[in-house]
Amino acid sequence: MPSKIGVVGDKESVLAFKMLGFSVFFASEAKETRRLIDSLADKDYGVIYLTEQLAELVPETITRYDAKMKPAIILIPNHAGSRGIGKKRVQQNVEKAVGQNIL
Amino acid sequence: MAKLNVNPTRMELANLKKRLNLATRGHKLLKDKQDELMRQFIQLIRKNNELRIEVEEKLEKAMQSFAMAKSLLHENYIEELMAVPSRTVSLNIDRKNIMSVRVPQMNFHYDDNVSDSKDLSYGYLNSNGELDLTFEALTEVMPKMLELAEIEKTCQLMADEIEKTRRRVNALEYMTIPQLEETIYFIRMKLDESERSAITRLMKVKDMGQ
Repeated sequence: MPSKIGVVGDKESVLAFKMLGFSVFFASEAKETRRLIDSLADKDYGVIYLTEQLAELVPETITRYDAKMKPAIILIPNHAGSRGIGKKRVQQNVEKAVGQNIL
Repeated sequence: MAKLNVNPTRMELANLKKRLNLATRGHKLLKDKQDELMRQFIQLIRKNNELRIEVEEKLEKAMQSFAMAKSLLHENYIEELMAVPSRTVSLNIDRKNIMSVRVPQMNFHYDDNVSDSKDLSYGYLNSNGELDLTFEALTEVMPKMLELAEIEKTCQLMADEIEKTRRRVNALEYMTIPQLEETIYFIRMKLDESERSAITRLMKVKDMGQ
């Protein structure tokens, strides 16, 4: 079953991904982001890359898709640098599964 | 530990024994599942962590150089350059089963005839060297990004499942099994006691008759 790859973020950071053949969408505030993610999830997108700046605004939307197989929402830094949210999510997974942080 | 609220009868004893048997078997199976999940999870999560650090670092650099390239050009030109993607990537998602956790298995197909990464599809006019560098960096990091997507999602799903399994194992180990054992012990004692009292009564009755 073919799926698509989407990128959501601010224009400065994610426009470049268009060259790689990903579908790129721009958002700058929480409402827009939420609507975009929900519509992408509906439309058979398998992977959605989301910048950490936007992820910070819509944490509950992201957790909603955590337990589902599709889409995979993956956080990426933007041009201003990483905020460590992506790494924190990995460590949360470890803590949830193992009971303490072993990384 | 509280015993269950049941009547101390033979019938109930048989039922409880059956339940205890089932619970013990379920506990063993779940425990095995948990151990195996944990083993695989730890392997994956280490890889996940390394990949994420690497990808974040590279992406940040690529984005910075893109911001640089963008600042040197007019916005319209950039959008024009990006209008026709030079390559396409398609994604197929299959399901894989790790210890009954359904995780996605992502197969990526790059369009092969344009996958020569040095082949830039835009003109020299209205573009600049920074853009070329950005593109090169992004091309390099893309396979890693896709791999990260698969591994991170898998880890997420597995972490959920491990947590659920652990709860079940603990509930069986510390609640259900001790309760059943205690109740079985209680019923057995009660039955023994009533048997002894029946014998005593019979002996008494016999004495009275003589």
